[in-house]
Amino acid sequence: MKTNPDFQKDIATIRNIMERSSKFLSLSGLAGIMAGIYALVGAAIAYPILHGKTPLLGYQSYDTLDADVRGKIVMLALAVLALALVTALWLSSRKARRRAERMWTALSRRILLNFAIPLVTGGLFVIIVIFTGHFSFAAPACLIFYGLALISISANTYDEVRYLGFCEIGLGLAALALPGYGLLLWAIGFGVLHVIYGVVMYNKYDK
Amino acid sequence: MNNPFEHLDKVLEHRARLQIMSVLVVNAQSDFNTLKEMLGVTDGNLASHIKMLEKEKYLTVSKSFVDRKPNTQYKITEKGRNAFKKHLDALESVIKLQK
Repeated sequence: MKTNPDFQKDIATIRNIMERSSKFLSLSGLAGIMAGIYALVGAAIAYPILHGKTPLLGYQSYDTLDADVRGKIVMLALAVLALALVTALWLSSRKARRRAERMWTALSRRILLNFAIPLVTGGLFVIIVIFTGHFSFAAPACLIFYGLALISISANTYDEVRYLGFCEIGLGLAALALPGYGLLLWAIGFGVLHVIYGVVMYNKYDK
Repeated sequence: MNNPFEHLDKVLEHRARLQIMSVLVVNAQSDFNTLKEMLGVTDGNLASHIKMLEKEKYLTVSKSFVDRKPNTQYKITEKGRNAFKKHLDALESVIKLQK
């Protein structure tokens, strides 16, 4: 007959397997820090293009920008996004190897799909608003759709991702209410928040 | 006297079957290779445990082909979910009793 330690082992195995089969925990904290740095560098490059001589905290209307500037900003944003994604995938696969887990599983593919749906929707939304002349909606939309993407995957990874998602959505709504500060709030959301998140996660889980 | 041992599910008392059900409780569906990797057991071993759970109608099996390779997906049934929950409750009271 089974004894008490056996039953406790049963409970432990249930808990362990439930977590391992439903949560992707190889997400790297370093990836967050790197994404934040890319975003800050991107924002620093975008700043003179977008703001000209307006001071950082000064109000800048984005809706009168010409097509040439819009194209540059879109390319810059896509480059930052691609760099951040590639780094995240690379660092996560490295962490997965160290944890002796596989990177590509049915679970990680599903998470990536759930992440991509709001993100691609948001990306198309942003490209459409930029080329229909509503440039000031671009930064808020980036933040809001990214926040939604994070929340949609948060059940399958670290709980902290959910809080990051809420912060991004909050900043996005603030950017919508303050259209002249889009770039600044974008830099806070994608730059500063990512660095803070990455440092917290790195200290908590990766050390 | 209410004996909590009686409420333990004989089918789920085996750890491998308990693990299979644990995966299926938190995932809408799962395939053979994912289960194999999670449990770390052999093909034959896993297949026989799955067969038993299928016979109890704790899970359903759907076979298809993905890129010409056979792909088998498993889903937990309502009956399986209830049995898992009851077994967990029984485990809990057994542990409390023995403390």
